Amino acid sequence: MQAGSFLRPGVASSGMKVLLGMGGSPDGFDALEETLARARDAGDELTVAVLDTSDDHDPDDVESEIRDRVDEAGVETAVTQLPGHPGSQLSQFAEREEFDRIVIGGGQRSPMGKIELGEVAEFVLLNADTTVTLVR
Amino acid sequence: MTGRTYPDETADSFPKPPISLTDAEGREIRIEESGVADFDRLVEMYDAFDPADRAQGIPPVKEEAVREWLDTLLSEESVNVVAVHDGSPVGHAILVPDSEVAYELAVFVLHDYQSAGIGTKLLEALLGSGQAADVEKVWLTVERWNEPAIALYKKLGFETSNAESFELEMAIRLS
Repeated sequence: MQAGSFLRPGVASSGMKVLLGMGGSPDGFDALEETLARARDAGDELTVAVLDTSDDHDPDDVESEIRDRVDEAGVETAVTQLPGHPGSQLSQFAEREEFDRIVIGGGQRSPMGKIELGEVAEFVLLNADTTVTLVR
Repeated sequence: MTGRTYPDETADSFPKPPISLTDAEGREIRIEESGVADFDRLVEMYDAFDPADRAQGIPPVKEEAVREWLDTLLSEESVNVVAVHDGSPVGHAILVPDSEVAYELAVFVLHDYQSAGIGTKLLEALLGSGQAADVEKVWLTVERWNEPAIALYKKLGFETSNAESFELEMAIRLS
Protein backbone atom coordinates (compact mmCIF):
# COMPACT_ATOMS: atom_id res chain seq x y z
CA MET A 1 0.00 0.00 0.00
CA GLN A 2 1.26 3.45 -0.84
CA ALA A 3 1.43 5.98 1.94
CA GLY A 4 -1.49 8.36 1.99
CA SER A 5 -3.27 6.56 -0.79
CA PHE A 6 -6.61 6.75 0.83
CA LEU A 7 -6.34 10.24 2.21
CA ARG A 8 -6.45 11.87 -1.17
CA PRO A 9 -10.03 12.79 -2.02
CA GLY A 10 -9.60 14.60 -5.31
CA VAL A 11 -7.55 17.40 -3.69
CA ALA A 12 -9.71 20.52 -3.13
CA SER A 13 -13.31 19.41 -2.74
CA SER A 14 -12.96 19.06 1.05
CA GLY A 15 -14.94 22.18 1.99
CA MET A 16 -17.89 22.03 4.35
CA LYS A 17 -21.43 23.16 3.91
CA VAL A 18 -21.47 26.14 6.27
CA LEU A 19 -24.37 28.26 7.57
CA LEU A 20 -23.56 31.62 9.15
CA GLY A 21 -26.37 33.21 11.17
CA MET A 22 -26.18 36.92 11.98
CA GLY A 23 -28.48 39.76 12.99
CA GLY A 24 -26.49 42.89 12.20
CA SER A 25 -24.39 43.42 15.34
CA PRO A 26 -20.61 43.96 15.02
CA ASP A 27 -19.68 40.47 16.23
CA GLY A 28 -21.81 39.04 13.40
CA PHE A 29 -19.92 41.05 10.80
CA ASP A 30 -16.61 39.95 12.33
CA ALA A 31 -17.82 36.37 12.00
CA LEU A 32 -18.77 37.08 8.37
CA GLU A 33 -15.25 38.26 7.53
CA GLU A 34 -13.66 35.19 9.13
CA THR A 35 -16.12 32.83 7.52
CA LEU A 36 -15.62 34.32 4.06
CA ALA A 37 -11.84 34.03 4.45
CA ARG A 38 -12.15 30.40 5.51
CA ALA A 39 -14.59 29.63 2.73
CA ARG A 40 -12.13 31.00 0.20
CA ASP A 41 -9.24 28.95 1.59
CA ALA A 42 -11.12 25.73 2.28
CA GLY A 43 -13.67 25.78 -0.51
CA ASP A 44 -16.67 25.85 1.83
CA GLU A 45 -20.14 26.13 0.41
CA LEU A 46 -21.37 29.16 2.34
CA THR A 47 -24.87 30.38 3.14
CA VAL A 48 -25.51 33.49 5.24
CA ALA A 49 -28.85 33.71 7.06
CA VAL A 50 -30.03 37.15 8.17
CA LEU A 51 -31.81 36.75 11.49
CA ASP A 52 -34.57 38.89 12.87
CA THR A 53 -32.82 39.67 16.16
CA SER A 54 -34.07 43.06 17.25
CA ASP A 55 -35.60 46.34 16.26
CA ASP A 56 -32.11 47.86 16.12
CA HIS A 57 -31.29 46.31 12.75
CA ASP A 58 -33.51 46.23 9.68
CA PRO A 59 -33.01 42.81 8.00
CA ASP A 60 -33.09 44.37 4.50
CA ASP A 61 -30.30 46.79 5.41
CA VAL A 62 -28.30 44.01 7.00
CA GLU A 63 -28.79 41.83 3.92
CA SER A 64 -27.54 44.51 1.55
CA GLU A 65 -24.51 45.20 3.78
CA ILE A 66 -23.76 41.46 3.75
CA ARG A 67 -24.07 41.33 -0.06
CA ASP A 68 -21.56 44.21 -0.31
CA ARG A 69 -19.09 42.35 1.89
CA VAL A 70 -19.61 39.12 -0.03
CA ASP A 71 -19.01 40.89 -3.36
CA GLU A 72 -15.84 42.48 -1.99
CA ALA A 73 -14.60 39.09 -0.85
CA GLY A 74 -15.45 37.50 -4.18
CA VAL A 75 -16.65 34.28 -2.56
CA GLU A 76 -19.74 32.65 -3.98
CA THR A 77 -22.30 32.87 -1.17
CA ALA A 78 -26.04 32.45 -0.80
CA VAL A 79 -27.74 35.10 1.33
CA THR A 80 -31.21 34.54 2.76
CA GLN A 81 -33.47 36.00 5.43
CA LEU A 82 -34.91 33.85 8.21
CA PRO A 83 -37.82 35.64 9.86
CA GLY A 84 -39.21 34.46 13.19
CA HIS A 85 -37.48 33.28 16.35
CA PRO A 86 -33.82 33.61 15.35
CA GLY A 87 -32.25 30.74 17.28
CA SER A 88 -34.88 28.19 16.44
CA GLN A 89 -35.17 29.23 12.79
CA LEU A 90 -31.41 28.98 12.34
CA SER A 91 -31.18 25.56 14.02
CA GLN A 92 -34.08 24.14 12.03
CA PHE A 93 -32.82 25.56 8.74
CA ALA A 94 -29.41 23.96 9.39
CA GLU A 95 -31.00 20.56 9.97
CA ARG A 96 -33.43 20.78 7.08
CA GLU A 97 -30.74 21.77 4.59
CA GLU A 98 -28.17 19.37 6.07
CA PHE A 99 -25.44 21.86 6.85
CA ASP A 100 -22.19 20.54 8.36
CA ARG A 101 -21.74 23.54 10.60
CA ILE A 102 -23.45 26.62 12.01
CA VAL A 103 -21.28 29.69 12.57
CA ILE A 104 -22.32 32.56 14.85
CA GLY A 105 -20.67 35.65 16.30
CA GLY A 106 -18.78 35.31 19.57
CA GLY A 107 -20.77 37.82 21.57
CA GLN A 108 -20.59 41.47 22.47
CA ARG A 109 -18.44 43.01 25.20
CA SER A 110 -19.83 44.63 28.34
CA PRO A 111 -18.37 47.96 29.55
CA MET A 112 -16.01 45.85 31.69
CA GLY A 113 -14.89 43.90 28.64
CA LYS A 114 -16.73 40.73 29.63
CA ILE A 115 -17.99 38.61 26.79
CA GLU A 116 -21.76 38.50 26.78
CA LEU A 117 -23.27 35.67 24.81
CA GLY A 118 -26.58 36.72 23.40
CA GLU A 119 -29.89 34.94 23.40
CA VAL A 120 -29.38 33.58 19.88
CA ALA A 121 -25.96 32.12 20.70
CA GLU A 122 -27.28 30.46 23.84
CA PHE A 123 -30.27 28.99 22.05
CA VAL A 124 -28.24 27.65 19.13
CA LEU A 125 -25.46 26.20 21.32
CA LEU A 126 -27.94 24.34 23.49
CA ASN A 127 -30.55 23.33 20.93
CA ALA A 128 -28.98 22.84 17.51
CA ASP A 129 -28.15 19.29 16.42
CA THR A 130 -25.54 20.75 14.11
CA THR A 131 -21.98 21.50 15.25
CA VAL A 132 -21.63 25.18 16.17
CA THR A 133 -18.60 27.46 15.79
CA LEU A 134 -18.41 30.70 17.79
CA VAL A 135 -16.09 33.16 16.07
CA ARG A 136 -13.72 35.09 18.36
CA MET B 1 -29.05 44.79 28.46
CA THR B 2 -32.77 44.23 28.44
CA GLY B 3 -34.92 43.93 31.52
CA ARG B 4 -32.42 44.81 34.23
CA THR B 5 -34.11 45.73 37.48
CA TYR B 6 -32.63 47.24 40.64
CA PRO B 7 -33.72 46.68 44.24
CA ASP B 8 -36.22 49.28 45.47
CA GLU B 9 -34.37 49.71 48.71
CA THR B 10 -31.04 51.41 49.09
CA ALA B 11 -28.22 49.25 50.45
CA ASP B 12 -26.54 49.83 53.82
CA SER B 13 -23.66 52.22 54.15
CA PHE B 14 -20.31 50.60 53.25
CA PRO B 15 -16.90 51.42 54.76
CA LYS B 16 -14.64 53.69 52.77
CA PRO B 17 -10.98 52.91 52.11
CA PRO B 18 -8.29 52.98 53.36
CA ILE B 19 -8.97 49.83 55.37
CA SER B 20 -6.35 47.66 57.05
CA LEU B 21 -6.95 44.01 57.80
CA THR B 22 -5.18 40.82 58.69
CA ASP B 23 -6.36 38.12 56.28
CA ALA B 24 -7.14 34.49 57.14
CA GLU B 25 -3.50 33.58 56.44
CA GLY B 26 -2.21 36.22 58.84
CA ARG B 27 -1.06 38.60 56.10
CA GLU B 28 -1.32 42.36 56.62
CA ILE B 29 -3.46 43.73 53.81
CA ARG B 30 -4.31 47.34 53.13
CA ILE B 31 -7.20 48.36 50.92
CA GLU B 32 -6.75 51.69 49.16
CA GLU B 33 -8.40 53.81 46.54
CA SER B 34 -6.77 53.40 43.17
CA GLY B 35 -6.91 54.63 39.60
CA VAL B 36 -4.86 55.61 36.56
CA ALA B 37 -1.78 56.25 38.72
CA ASP B 38 -1.66 52.51 39.51
CA PHE B 39 -1.62 51.48 35.84
CA ASP B 40 1.82 49.84 35.86
CA ARG B 41 1.32 48.06 39.18
CA LEU B 42 -1.99 46.69 37.97
CA VAL B 43 -0.44 45.46 34.72
CA GLU B 44 2.03 43.52 36.87
CA MET B 45 -0.76 42.10 39.00
CA TYR B 46 -2.72 40.94 35.95
CA ASP B 47 0.43 39.44 34.44
CA ALA B 48 0.56 37.22 37.53
CA PHE B 49 -3.15 36.37 37.34
CA ASP B 50 -3.92 32.65 37.00
CA PRO B 51 -5.60 32.13 33.60
CA ALA B 52 -7.75 29.44 35.26
CA ASP B 53 -9.36 32.18 37.38
CA ARG B 54 -10.52 34.18 34.38
CA ALA B 55 -14.22 34.76 33.86
CA GLN B 56 -16.11 35.72 30.73
CA GLY B 57 -12.95 36.54 28.83
CA ILE B 58 -11.33 38.84 31.39
CA PRO B 59 -8.70 39.64 32.39
CA PRO B 60 -6.98 39.17 29.04
CA VAL B 61 -3.98 36.82 29.08
CA LYS B 62 -1.31 38.61 27.01
CA GLU B 63 0.34 41.70 28.49
CA GLU B 64 -0.42 43.86 25.46
CA ALA B 65 -4.11 42.98 25.74
CA VAL B 66 -4.02 43.61 29.51
CA ARG B 67 -2.61 47.10 28.86
CA GLU B 68 -5.27 47.85 26.28
CA TRP B 69 -8.00 46.58 28.61
CA LEU B 70 -6.77 48.58 31.63
CA ASP B 71 -6.35 51.63 29.44
CA THR B 72 -10.09 51.55 28.73
CA LEU B 73 -11.12 50.76 32.31
CA LEU B 74 -8.95 53.11 34.35
CA SER B 75 -10.65 56.31 33.27
CA GLU B 76 -11.49 59.28 35.47
CA GLU B 77 -15.07 58.03 35.58
CA SER B 78 -14.36 54.57 36.98
CA VAL B 79 -14.09 53.80 40.71
CA ASN B 80 -11.15 51.61 41.76
CA VAL B 81 -9.82 50.01 44.92
CA VAL B 82 -6.82 47.74 45.36
CA ALA B 83 -5.76 45.31 48.08
CA VAL B 84 -2.05 45.72 48.72
CA HIS B 85 0.31 43.23 50.39
CA ASP B 86 4.04 43.93 50.80
CA GLY B 87 3.73 46.96 48.55
CA SER B 88 2.12 45.17 45.59
CA PRO B 89 -1.53 44.90 44.56
CA VAL B 90 -2.96 41.41 45.07
CA GLY B 91 -6.57 42.32 44.37
CA HIS B 92 -8.46 44.92 42.35
CA ALA B 93 -12.13 45.84 42.31
CA ILE B 94 -13.67 48.30 39.90
CA LEU B 95 -16.88 50.07 38.92
CA VAL B 96 -17.03 50.99 35.22
CA PRO B 97 -19.74 53.34 33.93
CA ASP B 98 -22.10 51.92 31.32
CA SER B 99 -24.22 53.91 28.88
CA GLU B 100 -27.24 53.98 31.18
CA VAL B 101 -26.06 55.94 34.23
CA ALA B 102 -25.21 52.72 36.07
CA TYR B 103 -21.91 50.97 36.79
CA GLU B 104 -20.68 47.46 36.04
CA LEU B 105 -18.72 45.81 38.85
CA ALA B 106 -15.86 43.31 38.71
CA VAL B 107 -13.40 42.01 41.29
CA PHE B 108 -10.13 40.12 40.82
CA VAL B 109 -7.95 38.52 43.48
CA LEU B 110 -4.66 36.72 42.80
CA HIS B 111 -4.94 32.97 43.30
CA ASP B 112 -2.72 32.77 46.41
CA TYR B 113 -4.82 35.44 48.11
CA GLN B 114 -8.23 33.92 47.45
CA SER B 115 -10.44 32.43 50.18
CA ALA B 116 -8.76 34.61 52.81
CA GLY B 117 -11.48 37.23 53.23
CA ILE B 118 -9.80 39.80 50.99
CA GLY B 119 -12.45 39.75 48.25
CA THR B 120 -15.22 40.56 50.73
CA LYS B 121 -13.36 43.55 52.18
CA LEU B 122 -12.35 44.69 48.71
CA LEU B 123 -15.97 44.67 47.58
CA GLU B 124 -17.17 46.49 50.71
CA ALA B 125 -14.51 49.16 50.19
CA LEU B 126 -15.40 49.46 46.50
CA LEU B 127 -19.08 49.97 47.31
CA GLY B 128 -18.06 52.50 50.01
CA SER B 129 -16.01 54.40 47.42
CA GLY B 130 -18.94 54.20 45.06
CA GLN B 131 -21.27 55.70 47.65
CA ALA B 132 -18.76 58.50 48.29
CA ALA B 133 -18.72 59.17 44.53
CA ASP B 134 -22.54 59.29 44.43
CA VAL B 135 -22.86 56.13 42.37
CA GLU B 136 -26.49 55.03 42.50
CA LYS B 137 -26.83 51.80 40.58
CA VAL B 138 -24.38 48.92 40.21
CA TRP B 139 -24.75 45.64 38.35
CA LEU B 140 -22.61 42.61 37.61
CA THR B 141 -22.72 39.29 35.84
CA VAL B 142 -21.53 36.06 37.42
CA GLU B 143 -21.30 32.50 36.16
CA ARG B 144 -24.29 30.53 37.38
CA TRP B 145 -22.15 27.75 38.87
CA ASN B 146 -20.09 30.20 40.95
CA GLU B 147 -22.13 29.75 44.12
CA PRO B 148 -19.61 31.20 46.60
CA ALA B 149 -19.49 34.45 44.62
CA ILE B 150 -23.27 34.60 44.27
CA ALA B 151 -23.68 34.06 48.03
CA LEU B 152 -21.21 36.86 48.75
CA TYR B 153 -22.95 39.30 46.41
CA LYS B 154 -26.28 38.46 48.06
CA LYS B 155 -24.80 39.07 51.49
CA LEU B 156 -23.66 42.51 50.33
CA GLY B 157 -27.18 43.35 49.18
CA PHE B 158 -27.18 42.41 45.50
CA GLU B 159 -30.35 40.91 44.09
CA THR B 160 -30.88 38.95 40.88
CA SER B 161 -31.73 41.51 38.21
CA ASN B 162 -31.98 39.32 35.12
CA ALA B 163 -32.12 35.54 35.25
CA GLU B 164 -32.77 35.07 31.55
CA SER B 165 -29.33 35.53 30.06
CA PHE B 166 -26.39 33.15 29.84
CA GLU B 167 -24.78 34.53 32.99
CA LEU B 168 -26.63 35.47 36.15
CA GLU B 169 -27.04 39.21 36.46
CA MET B 170 -27.27 40.90 39.87
CA ALA B 171 -27.78 44.53 40.91
CA ILE B 172 -27.68 46.82 43.95
CA ARG B 173 -28.88 50.35 44.67
CA LEU B 174 -26.15 52.23 46.54
CA SER B 175 -27.70 55.63 47.11
